[in-house]
This record gives sequence, C-alpha cells and structure tokens, in this order.
Amino acid sequence: MTETAPTPQPDLDHPDSPDFPLDMAHSSFKPRLSWQSVFVGLMFVFMYLPILVLVVYSFNESAYSATWEGFTWQWYEYLLSDARIFAALRNSLTVAISAVAISAVLGTLMAVGLARYRFPGRQLYLGISYLPLIIPDIAIAVATLVFLAAVGFSLSLWTIVAAHIVFCLAYIAIVVSTRLADLDRNLEEAALDLGATPVQAFFQVLLPQLMPGIVSGCLLAFVLSMDDFLIASFTAGAGATTLPMEIFSRIRTGVKPDVNALSAILISFSGILAFVAEFVRYRSEAKRR
Amino acid sequence: MSVSPPPSPTSQSPNSELPWGTRWLGVTGLLAPAGLWLLLLLVLPTLVIFQLSLVPNIRPGDVVIPSGIENYLRALEPANLGVVLRSLKLAIGTTLLCLGLGFPVAYWIALLAPQRWRNLLLLGFVLPLWTSSLLRTYAWIAILRPTGVLNSLLGIVGIPALDILNRPAAVLVGMSYSFLPYMVLILYSSLEKLDRQLLEASADLGATPLQTFWKITVPQALPGIAAGSLLVFITSLGDFIDPELLGGASSMTVARLIYNQFLGQTPNWGFGSALSMVLIFAVSVAIALLLKYGDSSATQR
Repeated sequence: MTETAPTPQPDLDHPDSPDFPLDMAHSSFKPRLSWQSVFVGLMFVFMYLPILVLVVYSFNESAYSATWEGFTWQWYEYLLSDARIFAALRNSLTVAISAVAISAVLGTLMAVGLARYRFPGRQLYLGISYLPLIIPDIAIAVATLVFLAAVGFSLSLWTIVAAHIVFCLAYIAIVVSTRLADLDRNLEEAALDLGATPVQAFFQVLLPQLMPGIVSGCLLAFVLSMDDFLIASFTAGAGATTLPMEIFSRIRTGVKPDVNALSAILISFSGILAFVAEFVRYRSEAKRR
Repeated sequence: MSVSPPPSPTSQSPNSELPWGTRWLGVTGLLAPAGLWLLLLLVLPTLVIFQLSLVPNIRPGDVVIPSGIENYLRALEPANLGVVLRSLKLAIGTTLLCLGLGFPVAYWIALLAPQRWRNLLLLGFVLPLWTSSLLRTYAWIAILRPTGVLNSLLGIVGIPALDILNRPAAVLVGMSYSFLPYMVLILYSSLEKLDRQLLEASADLGATPLQTFWKITVPQALPGIAAGSLLVFITSLGDFIDPELLGGASSMTVARLIYNQFLGQTPNWGFGSALSMVLIFAVSVAIALLLKYGDSSATQR
C-alpha cells in the first residue's frame, strides 16, 4: 500500500466529530438497514445454519426424520457409552499434542533462522517451507504413504504424527514469522552488545517476545491436526483410528443421530478454544499498544 | 491459511556481524531440523510419487522401474478427462460463488459496519472454521437430503421439493460454505486498507456509487481478490470431503479418483501417483498465473 504522511486521519466514524463530512452523515458511512446489511445478515445465517441444525437434531427424539418429534438426551447417552469414539478421541489427541509439541520447536527455529540469516539457497528453503500450505492434502497424503511404503516403514499412530508435523511446522512458522517481522530488534542487539551469547539472547530476549505468536500458531496447528481426515487415513496403521476417521466411517452412509450429539459436543469445545485463542491474541495486542 | 509472502526485513541482520563459525552454527542449528523433516517427509515423497507415476500397471511387490508415461495418458482417456474437467468446473464455480457472496460481506464489515464492531463481526463470521470440517459438511447432508431441513422449509412455503443431494450442485453448496470464510478473511484485510479519501474524492467529483465501486474500490482490492480466489480455487480443487459426502456417484472428482487408487477396491498406485502429479501441476500453474498477473495488476495502480 501507499505510504501516507503521519497526518492525523479525519475521524469518519463519529458523526459528531468536526472532520465528518456533512453529506456523509446521511449517506454511505452511516450504518443503517440497507440491502447490504440484509445480505450480510443472510450470510451470517448461512454460516451458522448447519451448526444450528446439528445441535438441534442432536436433541431430536426421532433418529431419521427431519421433523421435530420431542426432546431427548438418548443420543448423548448412546454416545457416552461408545468406547470406539473415546479410543478415537484419545488417538486424535495423542497425534495432535505430539505433532504440535515437536512442530512448535521446529517451526519456531525455522522462522527465526529464515528471518535472521541470509545464506545461499534461502529462497529455495523458503519456497519448500510454503509447500505444505500449497500442495493439496490428498497429494501430501499419497506422497507420504508411497514414501513410507517405499522405505518399508510400517504404519502406526506415529506415522500420522510424522506426517502432521510437516504441515503443523509450516503453519507455526508462518504465524511466528509475522510476529518476528514487527518485533523490536534493538532489544536483541542490545543483549548481544552487553555480552550475551546468541543462545542467551535467543532464550532470554527473543523467545519471550515471540511467545504470543508461538501460542497462537500452536492453537492453529492443533485445530488443523484434530481436523485432518485425509493425511491421517493414508498414514494410519491398523487400529490407529483418529476421530475424523471414525466420524467419516459413520457418516458416509447417511445421517446418524449419535454423530449429531458428538457434533454438538465438539462445537462447544471448539467454541471455547476459539474464545481462548482470540482472548490471547487480544491481550497480546492490547499489551503492545 | 494465508498465502501472502513473508515480510522480508529490509535492515541488515544483527547476526551478520557474528564470526563466521558462530553464524554457520546458528544457521544450521535453527534451520537444519525443520529442513531435514521437510526434505524427508515432503520433498523426497513427492519425488518418489513422480517416479512411481512413470510405472504403468504396477502390482504390489514389483520393482519400481520408470518405463513410460502410460499413467498420464490414462488420465486423458475420456472418462478420466471428464473427471478432471468436472473438478476444474467445480473449483471455478466455488471460487466465483465465494467471491460473489464474500465480497459484499467483507465490504460491509470493512467499510460500512460501525468501527468498534468490525473485529467482532469478522471473528463471528469465520468462527465456524474452528469446528470440524467433516461435521460442517455432514450438516449439509441433513439440510439437503430429500426429507431434510431445506425441503421441510420449502414445503411450508409451498415450493416443490428440491432433490440436489448427491448431485454436483450439492458439492458446490458444500464447498462454497466450507471456503467462504477464507475468502472473507483475505478480502477484508485488503478492503480494510482501502484509501477512503479516494472514495470521498470520487463522490465529490460527481461519480455515481457504481462508478466509484468499479473504478476505485475494485482496483484497490484487486490483490486481495486475486489472492482470495487463488486460495479458494486450489483448496476446492483438492477437496475430498465435500464431493465424497455430498456429491454421490455423479460427481467423481480428481481427489476422489486419487483416493480410490490407494484406499479403494481396485488400487493402482502408479495411476494414483500420476493423478497426484497432475493435481500438483494444476495448483502450481494457478499460483504461477497469480504471481505473473497478480503482481502486474497490483503495480499498475
């Protein structure tokens, strides 16, 4: 974008400010019930309708009909007595937590290395670090399966972890590098000038500043790992069924009321997670101002 | 999620004054672990499937000897070419739908909504992304199936029932729903930076709102439009879940075809690898086009 001189911006958002142009107070900048806002309202309904449908149907007495037949908890009871769902959930959490923990280290180191050093082959390295975000999941899944088969590595839960680290570290590195870009470098230089070793400067000066970026990168990677169906189903060994794989095997044959109950539970959890993530981001941004 | 290039530091790196040995140690220590991982589990595997894609009629246990491009020619057979074309059509349709639906939303949130509500509105719009993509698509089965929510609602109003589940139209709905938040996020970040003084100047100089929109707003938002469209295009081109769950037998796509070559009833790893290479190639072409024309349209301003 174009660089603008640091003149005070006219305050267009408060109709009572002297900067506010008179004719605009009654036209485009004032929020009002226009066709645009109605359209946006409809789009919000579009985004939330499927979620609402899942939650409402999870309490519907009738298993397969679309009409409301009365309130019930039975699908939740049904679900909570289902050992396979819990085994799958445990597998998913094992994969996501392991993959995110390893990726947090690898991704942060990578982001710092790419931001702080110029070296031959840097552009190539940078390009490869973006590949996991660009190449479709199905192609990554296929490539990983074929490679593991070619080197004779037997599939298990840990091969899913290895495959998830590939995209988790790429996402964490992106989030950390945007944070790195607007850090105050003088602090690190001051530490080095004052006799800190590069390792001390990294752990005591840089890392604390990067923490909010690392945390939000990890949350993003965690959600993506918990959500991944394709890569997991290609790299899973026998018995290593993750939650999305379990859900997929149930819903490909149609609507299942206990999956509705599961959806409602997962939606509540991800709602809480999203809230925590936004709260962390909000706090760190408020602190920086 | 974003495909924007990382910000490159303009100032000299503080570490460039370090002695050569320490510098080298730093580069290796920071970049070798992730680099090795990506090399081992991304670059090498991609080379391996490229090699495998050149082996026609492979059977499990065969020695892999690249011997021809039959697998790629097979992708050009009418039935398979139809699948490739359908995938492209669905991806383009999804991109246009997301752009058409997402632009007004991003525009309204960025420019028309009260300022203090903007972040909250944007957050609210993309919040469904936090829930399982599998379950969000599954919800559309409950909505679109013949006895589902949509037809119950239509029945109340007196409109005859629609039968779109297990047809390409349902895939289009599901994919647009899945990827609309990404489009809105990217368009918003581009529209938010819009120079409002240009809009005022245009209105002051007598342009109609429509003229202002096409001559001022759209050109300024063009990099965002291009990036958002690219992201939605490549994600929907490789999407498996929506076509598989909503499309039925009538909407076989490249991603589903690849899946069947590995986890289906009659596996053919060589053909599946060739299709994967075609998919990677298609995505690369889309990105190259964006870099070539996206940049020139951005600098013309």
